[in-house]
Amino acid sequence: MSDATQNGPMLAADGRPLKASLRRALRRQKMRALMLIAPLLIFILITFIAPIADMLFRSVENNIVSDTLPRTVEALDDWEYASGETPGEPVFDAMFVDLFIAAERKEHTRLGSRLNYQETGISSLFRQTGRDVEDMAEVYEDQFDALNEIWRDGAFWAELMGDPDWFAEAQGAEDAGPRFRINDEMEDRLPRTAEAYRVFARFTQNEDEDNPASERPWPLVHAMLYADLTDGAAIDAYTGFGAEELTAAKEAVPGFEAPTYREAFLEVDEDWASVEMWGTIKAYSGEFTSGYFLNAVDRELTPHGIETLPSDQSVYLKLFWRTIWMSLTITFMTILLGYPVAYLLANLPMRKSSLLMILVLLPFWTSLLVRTSAWKVLLQQQGVINDILVWAGILSDSGRLVMINNQLGTIIAMTHILLPFMILPLYSVMATIPPSFVRASKSLGATNWTTFWRVYFPQSVPGIGAGSILVFILAIGYYITPALVGGTDGIFISNRIAYHISSSLNWGLAAALGSILLAAVLVLYWAYDRIVGIDNVKLG
Amino acid sequence: MTDATADELIVDKGTPPLWGFTVPMSAAMGGFFGFLAGNTADNGLMGFVIGLIYGAVAGFVLMSFVPNRTAGRLGLIVLTAVVGFVLGTWGGAVAGIIVGAVVSWWIYWIGRGDYRSGVPIYATAGQTLWHNTYLFICGFIFFFLIAPIITIIPLSFNAENFFTFTPEMLALDPDGYSLKHYRDFFSNSDWQSAMWNSLKIAPVATILAVGFGTLAAIGLSQPHVPFRRAIMAVLISPMIVPLIISAAGMYFFYSRAGLQGTYLGVVLAHAALGIPFVIITVTATLVGFDRSLTRASANLGADPVTTFLRIQMPLILPGVISGGLFAFITSFDEVVVVLFVGSAQQKTLPWQMFIGLREQISPTILAVATILVAISIALLTTVELLRRRSERLRGLSPS
Repeated sequence: MSDATQNGPMLAADGRPLKASLRRALRRQKMRALMLIAPLLIFILITFIAPIADMLFRSVENNIVSDTLPRTVEALDDWEYASGETPGEPVFDAMFVDLFIAAERKEHTRLGSRLNYQETGISSLFRQTGRDVEDMAEVYEDQFDALNEIWRDGAFWAELMGDPDWFAEAQGAEDAGPRFRINDEMEDRLPRTAEAYRVFARFTQNEDEDNPASERPWPLVHAMLYADLTDGAAIDAYTGFGAEELTAAKEAVPGFEAPTYREAFLEVDEDWASVEMWGTIKAYSGEFTSGYFLNAVDRELTPHGIETLPSDQSVYLKLFWRTIWMSLTITFMTILLGYPVAYLLANLPMRKSSLLMILVLLPFWTSLLVRTSAWKVLLQQQGVINDILVWAGILSDSGRLVMINNQLGTIIAMTHILLPFMILPLYSVMATIPPSFVRASKSLGATNWTTFWRVYFPQSVPGIGAGSILVFILAIGYYITPALVGGTDGIFISNRIAYHISSSLNWGLAAALGSILLAAVLVLYWAYDRIVGIDNVKLG
Repeated sequence: MTDATADELIVDKGTPPLWGFTVPMSAAMGGFFGFLAGNTADNGLMGFVIGLIYGAVAGFVLMSFVPNRTAGRLGLIVLTAVVGFVLGTWGGAVAGIIVGAVVSWWIYWIGRGDYRSGVPIYATAGQTLWHNTYLFICGFIFFFLIAPIITIIPLSFNAENFFTFTPEMLALDPDGYSLKHYRDFFSNSDWQSAMWNSLKIAPVATILAVGFGTLAAIGLSQPHVPFRRAIMAVLISPMIVPLIISAAGMYFFYSRAGLQGTYLGVVLAHAALGIPFVIITVTATLVGFDRSLTRASANLGADPVTTFLRIQMPLILPGVISGGLFAFITSFDEVVVVLFVGSAQQKTLPWQMFIGLREQISPTILAVATILVAISIALLTTVELLRRRSERLRGLSPS
């Protein structure tokens, strides 16, 4: 009461306003709670959430085309697939440079196999041309060599193209030498040669760990020098190192034998004239692509837009559909088998029910592989179930049932494996239904069936909902059991994802399939959270 | 029928008529077994008739002259076993014991009217029949749950490389059984290195999961936690996200980080998968934790660390241990993630089993499976005991 006599706000013992003091205490409490959670949260974010995010990113990531063929992608901007014509000279010129560099870095085969997912044949085209592209450039190297021996000399090139300070340092330096710097003047006068030389110098230093000052440059540099000189490079006013050789070369180049790159490419493979092929490159030249997701739903991003794959190639929608209906069948089977058992467990005296509960918990605790191998042993044609049926005279020896390596095998084994996940939530809901409701219903004259259907069953529906969502979530992501007992027509979408990760190496498609599956699961997870609450998940 | 009043209502179950009900029912049961036995000798009909007579006679004799249930059942079991032995030596004797046990139980269950014990006295015949059918259905479901696991245990002692019972095994011939698959498991270097890998990975992953998980669970159980729901959703997500997706994501991400194919990578992945179980079990023990205990401790002068170690920890320890066991079994049983994140050097026991089942299926797997079942039983028992202890501890604390 004494506080009330004071003017102003109520004060705490230390003289602060009580309100502020309480707020501070609350804030400190919140901070303490967060500090306790933080280590785990960070751990999960790094070890689990980041990988998932990485996978989502991979499903749209597509910088391989623009990274490997940057010049071609730029040159293709001016070209339209709809024109129906093969792209012009500039595109082939750019493709020559890109492909030469990619071949040196051995990246062209990787790009080839990436584009091969979209159009078959590109992989071999790239591999073949990657081998021949060096020959195309050597045409120029040889002619420069014939003109003047000095064009073979790595040191001459380095002095010509490199920054003078860099060259002074690099001469005689060990290993890779100092980091290469380009001669600014050369960059102005011979832009393409300078660019090609810089790529060469960097590659020599970083990958080969050699000193570019003593290495003979790639034939590409010669080819680019030819291109610069024929384009009328401004070297007339140039007076620095090598001016004499450059002028001589400039005079000689009009006499060089020089097929266009377009001709050279077409000579290697006619397919370079294919509009489809160029259209595919253009369609996939963006940093991000919807291509993997379209593939995952049996569509394809083609130069003329999105197309549906022919039915003999469309596997994924069918597989998604099969995964869903098999999971639904399994969920339904677990309800059918789980409901009576959960009812029995919930209505028996405690001592008996905990004894029977062990029969439910033991499979729950037993290794998944043990249970799968048990079913494999039981369901085989020479297995225990068939043996018993034959022994009992129900089947003839030749009429043994095929129960494994098909959908039946997957459904039987997975129903068994997931049954405890249905029984446990059902049981925990049924245990809370007061028996007096049932008694009241019966005393009011309802039959057993009416009592069950109108009074008991509606109260057990939350348990069915919780169990069904749990079982369904677990079922659609199953991998091991379908892989072992599913054969070819009993497999799930997970098996296809695993196949693309480890065998076909089409990681983007695997990531896209995974993202779709993940989205489905997250929607269900959200529903589960709304219906049951994740806090209420119980184990055993 | 949990309510005591219903039990009190059942004053007299009454015995059903001998000739009108008990004898025909026993005859039917006998006929069923007779048919099965007859089939093995390629004469089901003959077996059925003999079985009918056997069941009818047994039912009449036991009900009319042997009021002592134990004596009656033992007598029929021994008698049937002897007949079985004469027909098919030791295998026949075992079959006889089983048939005798089932038939004698059936006769007393029917004859004494025990089948009505689950239903009120006023139940109609239809209701009684339905109730018992229901019980039998439940029995079959329990059988479905447990039989696959039980079946592989005797099969693992098979002397042959078969996955089914050989005639020698059925005849209980000692030559039909051997420990050779167990010997193979303990001498084969593949299996041994897989086992050691599992034993190296699982405990470390468990320690990580329990350490981080317990702290976080204590944090989450504080009265005021901002974004509690969102944090909980993130922490539980490793349990919900399909394993193949976790595996794919971890494979891509850990390859970038250079963790793919390393021991550390597998341990981190398994720890992440085990954490939800620790969170769930520990928060469950913390629900209804009496906060006045920690306040009392603080009031008596203990610092927060002492309070945690001496007051809170002993109370939540059962939950922590069972969470740890869950995390351990998660790592110990995990195949999918380790298949992708690990390399041949981290091949674990489940991985080796997976290869075994996929490629060169060998009965050694059954021996391994049996060992794993034994481990599961041990873990299940421990968790169950811990849960009871935890409930008792919390029941003692004033609330």
